[in-house]
Amino acid sequence: MSELLAIVLTIITASTPLLLAAIGELVVERSGVLNLGVEGMMAIGAVCGFGAALASGSPYLGILAAMAAGAALSLLFAFLTVTLVSNQVATGLALTLLGLGLSGLIGESFVGQPGVKLERLHIPGLSDIPYLGPILFGQDLLVYAALAITAAVAYLLFRSKLGLVIRAVGDSHQSAHALGYGVIPVRYACVVFGGTCAGLAGGYLSLAYTPQWIENMTAGRGWIALALVVFGSWLPWRVALGAYLFGTVMILGFAVQTKGLGIPPQFLSSLPYLVTIVALVVISGNRALTRANTPACLGQPFVPDR
Amino acid sequence: MEEAIYLLEALNVVKVFGTLRANDDVTLKIKPGEIHAFLGENGAGKSTLVKMIYGALQPTSGEFHWQGKPVVIPNPSAARKLGIGMVFQHFSLFEALTVAENIALAMPGDFDMAALSEKIARVSKEYGLPLRPRAIVADLSVGERQRIEIVRCLLQEPKLLIMDEPTAVLTPQEADQLFVVLRRLAEEGCAVVYISHRLEEVKHLCHNATILRHGKVVANVDPTRETAASLAKLMVGGDIHVVHTPRSQKAGPARLSLKDLSLPAEGQFSVALKNISLDVKGGEVVAIAGVAGNGQSELFDAISGERTLADAGMLSIDGRPQGTVGVNARRRAGAAFVPEERLGHGAVPAFRLSENVVLTRHSSDASLVKSGLLQKSGAGDVSERVIKTYDVRMGKVDPEARALSGGNLQKFVVGRELDREPGILVVNQPTWGVDAGASATIRQAIIDLSRQGSAVLVISQDLDEIFEIADRIAVISRGELSDAHPAGELSLQQIGLLMAGAHEKKEGVRHAAVA
Amino acid sequence: MRLLLEKRSEHSQLMTVISPLIAVALTLVTGGFMFLAMGLNPFEALYVYFLEPLKFFWTFAAEDFWPLEQLAVKAAPLVLIGAGLAVAYSANVWNIGAEGQLTAGAILGAVVPVYFTDWQSPLTLIAMLALGAIGGMLWAAIPAFLKNRFGASEILTSLMLVYVSQLLLDWLVRGPWRDPAGHNFPQTVAFADWQVLPVFGESSLHLGVLLAVIAAAALAFMMARTLKGFEIKTLGVSPRAGRFAGFSRAGSVWFCLLLSGGLAGLAGIAEVMNTVGQLQPKISPGYGFTAIIVAFLGRLNPLGTLIAGLALAISYLGGEAAQVSLGVSDKSARVFQGILLFYVLACDTMILYRPKFVMDRPALAEKPT
Repeated sequence: MSELLAIVLTIITASTPLLLAAIGELVVERSGVLNLGVEGMMAIGAVCGFGAALASGSPYLGILAAMAAGAALSLLFAFLTVTLVSNQVATGLALTLLGLGLSGLIGESFVGQPGVKLERLHIPGLSDIPYLGPILFGQDLLVYAALAITAAVAYLLFRSKLGLVIRAVGDSHQSAHALGYGVIPVRYACVVFGGTCAGLAGGYLSLAYTPQWIENMTAGRGWIALALVVFGSWLPWRVALGAYLFGTVMILGFAVQTKGLGIPPQFLSSLPYLVTIVALVVISGNRALTRANTPACLGQPFVPDR
Repeated sequence: MEEAIYLLEALNVVKVFGTLRANDDVTLKIKPGEIHAFLGENGAGKSTLVKMIYGALQPTSGEFHWQGKPVVIPNPSAARKLGIGMVFQHFSLFEALTVAENIALAMPGDFDMAALSEKIARVSKEYGLPLRPRAIVADLSVGERQRIEIVRCLLQEPKLLIMDEPTAVLTPQEADQLFVVLRRLAEEGCAVVYISHRLEEVKHLCHNATILRHGKVVANVDPTRETAASLAKLMVGGDIHVVHTPRSQKAGPARLSLKDLSLPAEGQFSVALKNISLDVKGGEVVAIAGVAGNGQSELFDAISGERTLADAGMLSIDGRPQGTVGVNARRRAGAAFVPEERLGHGAVPAFRLSENVVLTRHSSDASLVKSGLLQKSGAGDVSERVIKTYDVRMGKVDPEARALSGGNLQKFVVGRELDREPGILVVNQPTWGVDAGASATIRQAIIDLSRQGSAVLVISQDLDEIFEIADRIAVISRGELSDAHPAGELSLQQIGLLMAGAHEKKEGVRHAAVA
Repeated sequence: MRLLLEKRSEHSQLMTVISPLIAVALTLVTGGFMFLAMGLNPFEALYVYFLEPLKFFWTFAAEDFWPLEQLAVKAAPLVLIGAGLAVAYSANVWNIGAEGQLTAGAILGAVVPVYFTDWQSPLTLIAMLALGAIGGMLWAAIPAFLKNRFGASEILTSLMLVYVSQLLLDWLVRGPWRDPAGHNFPQTVAFADWQVLPVFGESSLHLGVLLAVIAAAALAFMMARTLKGFEIKTLGVSPRAGRFAGFSRAGSVWFCLLLSGGLAGLAGIAEVMNTVGQLQPKISPGYGFTAIIVAFLGRLNPLGTLIAGLALAISYLGGEAAQVSLGVSDKSARVFQGILLFYVLACDTMILYRPKFVMDRPALAEKPT
C-alpha cells in the first residue's frame, strides 16, 4: 500500500508543473493571445531557477529567478505580438526555439551538478496522519501554490471586473477598444502572467521534481500544457482536472515500466503524448463545446481602428 | 446668468484627416428635448461629427458648447459624464458574455452585478424594450441586441442620445416601437441626434434636421415642412440619376428554380432554411427583402453552392438539378454570384485585381487557366475590360483590392461577374456601404443584365433599393420565404408584416425540415 | 508618446526584400553582444562563426572549397523541408512536426537495408528514397486526418508525434533492429555502398543537394504559376474567399501536410544515407525545427528558402568551427537561430504597417484666425 501512496504523491508532483503552465496560458488565451512559447519559457525557467539555487543555495531564490526568467521572455513575446502585431503562431515558435536554445547554452555547465531541492512541508501532527497526511499536508510549497493560483484565476476571471475585461478583450478586441479599455496593457499583463507561471513550472521541474539540470528536461510538457487549455475548455477547474489526469497517465506509465512486464519502456514513455492527441481529438470533435468557449479573438492581431 | 437655450452647440467645427476636410466649418445647435436629424450621403461627414460629440475624435479647430458653456470632450467616458449616450450602428457587443456583463462593461465605476441586473430588468421593461440580464448575447436577435445598446444608454440617464442608422436592422414594426421610445425620451427632456438616410422616417419623427454635404452644413430645415424629394435634393445637391426600369416584357421560363429548399443550421448562431420555393425567370429581377439575420447569408451560400443541399432537385439552373454540386459547377452551368462582403469573401484584399478575376472565373473561363497553369495576360485583359466598362477608379495600375474605395471595389466585383454575361446572377446586398454614384451604376447594370434575358436574384436589406429595381418581391423571415409578389402590389406595411413573420399560409402539406 | 501602426494600403515591395536583410544584420549585432558577454572578442567570434566558412570567396584556394561543400550538404535538408513548410504555412497549415516526419521517413526508408540487406540493384536507391518520402507522408497524414475530421490543432498533434517518432526510433535501434554485430551499440547495420547516396565526383555533394534544389525550384514554380499555388495562397489569406472560389480547405490541409511531410521524410532518409550510414537514436540536430526558421526567413517563398537554408547552414557550420577554435558551445547555434527568427518576425511588421510615433493629442487646437 505504501507503494500506492508513493504513486499518488508522485502523481501530484508530476501534475503540478503541467497545471502551473496551463493555468498561466489559460489567462493569456482568455485575453485573445495564443502563446505557443510555453515550452521555451519553461525551459528558461528551469535553467535559471537551477542556476540561481545553485549559486545561492536557496531554492526560494531559484523559484524567484525562474519566475523572472519566464516573465522576461514573455515580455519579448508580448512586444512582438501585441505592439508589433507579428504572427502569433510564428512568434510563439520562435520563443520556444529561443528558450530551448538559450537554456541549453546556459545550462551546459550545470549538467551533472547536484541540485538544490525544494523540500516538502512537514506540519507536525497533520503530516503524520497515515496516507492523507503526506498527500494533503506533506507537499512542497508549489503544489499548494498551483492550486491557489487556479482558485485565484477562477475567481478573478468570473467574479471581478478585471476578469470581465479580460474576457471581453478576448471576445472582441475592437469592441473593448471602442469602449475605452486598454487592450494592449491588458494583453501585456496577461502574457507576462502566463510567462511567470510557465517559468515557475520550469523551476519546479529543476528544483522539486528532479532537482538537477538535464537538457530538454521539459520533454514537451509545455506543449501538453497548451493542449490542456483546450481540453479544459478554457475553464480553470477543468484544466486542473486535466492536469492531474495527465500526471496520472505519466506516472502510471513509469510505474508499469518498473514492473518489468515486457512492454518496451519507449512505448510507456510515449503514452503522455499519445493521450494528449486523443484528448485533443475528443474535445475538438465536440464542436458545440469548443465553439462556445474558445475566445473569439484568439490568435488574431489587434490594430486599433482610429 | 441667462438660462442656456441650447443643450449642445457646435461652433465652426473643423476636422481634417491628412488632406481630407471631413468636417468643414460646421455650426449647428440642438435644444433639449429636440429630435434632431443629421442627413447626408456616405462620406458627408455625419459620422465624423458625431464621433467628436461622443469624444472618440478631437476637432482640428472650433468649439463645442454644452448647456451654454464651452466644453472639451477628450474621450467617450467624458462624454458619458456630460450625459451624452451613443447607440452605434455596428454594435460593440461581446457575443460570449451576458446582457448584464455587456452593460457592466460599458458603465463606469465598480460594478455590483446583482443590483445592475435588477436595474436592467426594470428599466428595460419600463421603456417597452424588455431584456433578460442573464441571456447570452450570441443567442439574441439583432433587434434584441439593439435594445441592449439603448438600455445601456438609458441607465446612465442621458441628456443627449445619439442614434446612428438605428432602423437599418429593424422591421417596420420594430422601428415604430423605437419611435415611441424616442418620443417619450424627448418629452422627458432628452435630446436625440438621429442619423439616418431614411427620409420618410426623418419626416415622421424629427423636429429639426441638419443636412451635410462634403463636410459642410448645406441646410438646416424643419423636416415636417419638407418633402422627401426636397430633402434628397439638399443631400445630394442636384438631381439624382433616376434608374430606368423599363417594364419588363413577358418573362421567359424559370432559369433559377428553388423547390422546397431546406438546409439545417450550421452551428448555434446560424439560421436553418425551411422549404424555400422561388422561381426566377429570364428577363426579371426578383428581390428578397428582409432584416439582417433571417437567413439571407445562409440562403446565398445554399444557392451559390458553398453549402450543398441534400437533394439535387432543390435547386435547378436552366432546368437542370444542381443542388448537390459545388460553386464552380454552378458557375459552369451559367450562374454568377456576388456575396455581401466584398473584402474577404468576394475578393481577396491583398490580391491584385487581375488575381481577383481568377478567383471566381478560373473554372468557367478558359482564357484564365490552361492545364493548371495561370494565364496572367488573359487575367489582365479581363481585369482591364471590367475596370473600363464599370468605371472603376484606382490609384495605380492593377492595385491590391483593399486599396480601392468601397464603391469602386463593389463595381469591380459586380462587373467581374457581369462581364461573363451569366444566365443567372445572384447578388447579396449589391450596394451596402456604397456611394450614390456607384450604387446607381451597379443597379443600372443589374437591370440591364436582366433585360438581356438573364434571371437576376437580389437579396437586400434596403427597401428603397428593392422598390427601385425589382419586378417581384419576396420576404425572408426566420429562414422561411414568403411568396413573391409583383412590386406594384406590395405596400410597405405588408412587407413589414411579412418581415415579422406573418407569412401567408402555403397550400399543401408543409414538409418537416430536413435534419 | 506611443507607437501607432498605420496599415499600408499595399504591401511594401521594398520592405519585402530588405526586411530579411535587416533581420540578419540585427542578429549579427546581437550575436556580437552575446559573444562579448561570454568573454570573447565579438569581431573574432563573428568572423569564425559566419565568415570563415565562406573564405573561398576571397582566397579561391582549393582547400577552402570544402566548407562550401559542407554548407550545401547542411543546407540540403533545411531547404528540402523548408520549401515544403513554406508552402504549408502559406496556406495556414501549421506543420510543426517536420522533425517527426523526418524521423518517420528515415525509419521507413531504413527498412530496405535492415530487411533486404543484400538486395543490390539500381532500384535500391530509388526504393529507399521513395519509402522515406512515404514514411514522412504517412506520419503527416495523421495530423491531417485529425484536423479535417475532428478539428484538432495540427500544431499540437504534429508536435506530439515528434516525440512519439523519436521514441519509436529509439526502440527500434535498441531492440528489434539492433545490429547483432554492433557490439551492443544502439544502431542498425551499416548501410552498404549501394544503400548510400551517390556523390558528385570527388566532392561530398550528394544527391540530396540536387533534390533540394529541384524541390525548391518546382515548388516555387507551383506557387507562382499554377492554379494549385493560387489555391494555396488564397486559402491561406482569405479562407472565405477560397471557399467562394470553390477551393476545398480540407483538401489543402491534406495536400500541404502530405507535401511537407513527404519532403521531410525524404530529407530524413537522405540524411541518414549520407551522414551516418545507419540508423541511430539521434539522426538530426533538429533540422525539422530549424527548417521552420528557414521557411520564415525565406519569406514563405520556396526560392527564398534556398538562400535562407544556406544562411542557417552557416550557423551550424559556424557553431562547430567556433567550438573547435574558440571553445564556444555549439549550442550557441540554436540560440542564433532563435534570435534570427525573432528579428525576422519583428521586421515583417514593416511590410504591412508604417510605424509612427504620436504624441497624445492636446485637447483643443487654437482656431486659426
